[in-house]
Amino acid sequence: MASIVYPLDSGRDQGRTAERGTAYSWARFVREWVLTVDHKQLGLMYIIVALLFFVISGLQAAVIRAQLMYPNNSLVTPQVFNRLFTMHGTTMVFFVGMPFIAGLANYLIPLMIGARDMAFPRLNALGLWLALFGGMLLYSSYFAWAGPAGHGSAPDVGWFAYAPLTERAFSKGTSTDYWILSIIMSTISSTLTAVNILATALCMRTKGMTLARMPLFVWMLCVVAFQILVALPPLTAAQVMLLLDRFLGAHFFDTAASGNAVLWRHFFWLFGHPEVYILMIPGFAAVTEIVPVFSRKPIFGRAAMIGASVSIGFISLGVWAHHMYTVGLPSNANIYFATATMMVGVPTGIKIFNWLGTMWGGRIRFNTPMLWCTGFLFQFLIAGLTGIMLAVAPFDWQLGNSYFVVAHFHYTLIGGLLFTLFAAIYYWFPKATGRMLSEKLGKWHFWLLVIGFHATFDPLHFAGLLGMPRRIYTYPTGRGWDGLNHFATLGVIVQAAAILIFVVNVLYSLYAGKKAGNDPWDAWTLEWATTSPPPEYNFATPPVVRSSRPLWDVKHPEDPDWKYE
Amino acid sequence: MADAAVIPLSAVEDEARNLDRGKVGVICLITTEVALFSVFVTAYLSFLGKSLTGPTPAEVLTVPVWATICLLSSSLTVELAIRGLRRGAAGQFKLWLGLTILLGGEFLRQTGIEWRKLINVDGLTISTNVFGTTYYSLVGLHASHVVIGLTLLLLVFALGLKGAHLHAHERRIELLSWYWHFVDAVWVVVFTVVYVIGR
Repeated sequence: MASIVYPLDSGRDQGRTAERGTAYSWARFVREWVLTVDHKQLGLMYIIVALLFFVISGLQAAVIRAQLMYPNNSLVTPQVFNRLFTMHGTTMVFFVGMPFIAGLANYLIPLMIGARDMAFPRLNALGLWLALFGGMLLYSSYFAWAGPAGHGSAPDVGWFAYAPLTERAFSKGTSTDYWILSIIMSTISSTLTAVNILATALCMRTKGMTLARMPLFVWMLCVVAFQILVALPPLTAAQVMLLLDRFLGAHFFDTAASGNAVLWRHFFWLFGHPEVYILMIPGFAAVTEIVPVFSRKPIFGRAAMIGASVSIGFISLGVWAHHMYTVGLPSNANIYFATATMMVGVPTGIKIFNWLGTMWGGRIRFNTPMLWCTGFLFQFLIAGLTGIMLAVAPFDWQLGNSYFVVAHFHYTLIGGLLFTLFAAIYYWFPKATGRMLSEKLGKWHFWLLVIGFHATFDPLHFAGLLGMPRRIYTYPTGRGWDGLNHFATLGVIVQAAAILIFVVNVLYSLYAGKKAGNDPWDAWTLEWATTSPPPEYNFATPPVVRSSRPLWDVKHPEDPDWKYE
Repeated sequence: MADAAVIPLSAVEDEARNLDRGKVGVICLITTEVALFSVFVTAYLSFLGKSLTGPTPAEVLTVPVWATICLLSSSLTVELAIRGLRRGAAGQFKLWLGLTILLGGEFLRQTGIEWRKLINVDGLTISTNVFGTTYYSLVGLHASHVVIGLTLLLLVFALGLKGAHLHAHERRIELLSWYWHFVDAVWVVVFTVVYVIGR
């Protein structure tokens, strides 16, 4: 009987280690960082790009908060303030969130399904460079020629850039054009990644890995890829229309020639709401891999998890106009969009119960990845609840475009997404680098970010309830906003300290961290079956899989999962 | 960790059936293109009859019967070309592929003639009114896809004329024909929206 020996790569790949020791050369640098089509190298490059833009964009947020620290403050000019919040939002969504997710997907999917690379490695490289140069194009606007009317510099139209504010008549100069073109580059990059994810997951799985046994991380990224394919084109199309308006005198969003400014909002949010889930589901995916390993139990409700992810994928395509209640939609539309939005809460709730069900009765190890996941659970729950509140149209009429909305989506994107991304970094850093991140610094990082995050964003809910509109440059005293804003800005300092500790942790651990070994967390998916870092070919012989936890089967031959699946 | 575990191969054979990555890739591309066209079609329909000034679609548009016949029959000829390739009949492949390119080229020529008449005779440009805006963007988006398809078909044709061993690339050429079928199918939608509903 033919048989396969498992694990595959322990003790191999001595040659690569030897090569690491050789002298630095330009040729090697170019080969590794420019010409590479290796999914792991590209994945790490995606994440490095995302983290660089994260730091830049975080500093912009810090300046925004500093401006709002005191009433009647004038730290920056109103014009600069507009540019800051536009660049902050655009960068965080398109050049931090999207590349980070592409990086995670690229690095992990082939390893998890036992493949040697993504389905289209060169397409992958194209996606990375488009993302990087797209971001650089956006930032080069700061150095742009002022334009014929002297309105150069960075975009200042807000990240959702409502028409007709973006039309030639109101946005002279080149800033909006930089914004449009860099976003088109980003959407093409993300589309290429999505094609690659689906083709990899559907076509490159190793022997025995049926779709039913595929890791949930890969399942969820397939949902994300599908959403990218159908939800990004409305944005790309709207940007092309805006370009036609601005350069060829078309009238899509030009209300003076019976164009339709509301159409822009439809197209934008037709992209914009699924985008929230495109960003969030990869976070869910990481949590779904991490929570079972640190609870020492298989995931609770695996099939329900897949069903919930797929239904989020579909329902989220039909909820966009809850961003538009204040436009004044027909009441039928309000009722539909309110109901549909609340429906998204159902599969999301199922997921939260599944994670809790996994932890329930488990032998939980509170290492840093698990800490981040636990923080995520609490904070994302609150974010979801304020989301349900905002889904109610009359409530939204009152609080739309207030700081309540700002607090809500920062709860989802920081309290939810950023926490899961840090969980993913702490969990997979040992695999990618061969060294553990420091647990001690990690705990400082976690607790400071928890404190800083709540100090900043909890008060902003109340500022919103007290009527503070978003995007205001400054505010008069005596509205009850002063203390809340002051406190929120103090929280930023704590958050910045947390991020600084993270940077120190990464740099320190890269050189002096504890050696990780192949499988530091005693985990169950295939990426832990190879060396840390994995060799370029990932697996010397393609692994063979018989259950959704292949490494459990290997470690416990007396009680393998495949007997029960 | 156990050093090695033995999993009988017989237990896992034929359990995972992987798809062809080229096919999945092209289907994904077509999915996202469908979404892109849907947005432009939505824009076209939402601006019907909203123009403040003329010309209107009824005044200036004539049904492009010949262009439509050319483009739709090119789907047939490309399919015949693929069948020729599968049978290993290189001459037949080149003949039908050449005809496909001619038909696609004729479609583009007809579009050019139509646009020249609209611009020079009727005075309709992209900035005239919202009809012009949506008409040129939707039909132009489709025409740009025809150009991309034709470029790729021409590349294959040129390689065929140079005597490249195209049989080895049968799968890739078939995927290209899928894209061409998609471009034709989109024309059915654009035709219906612009020349039937919109007129």
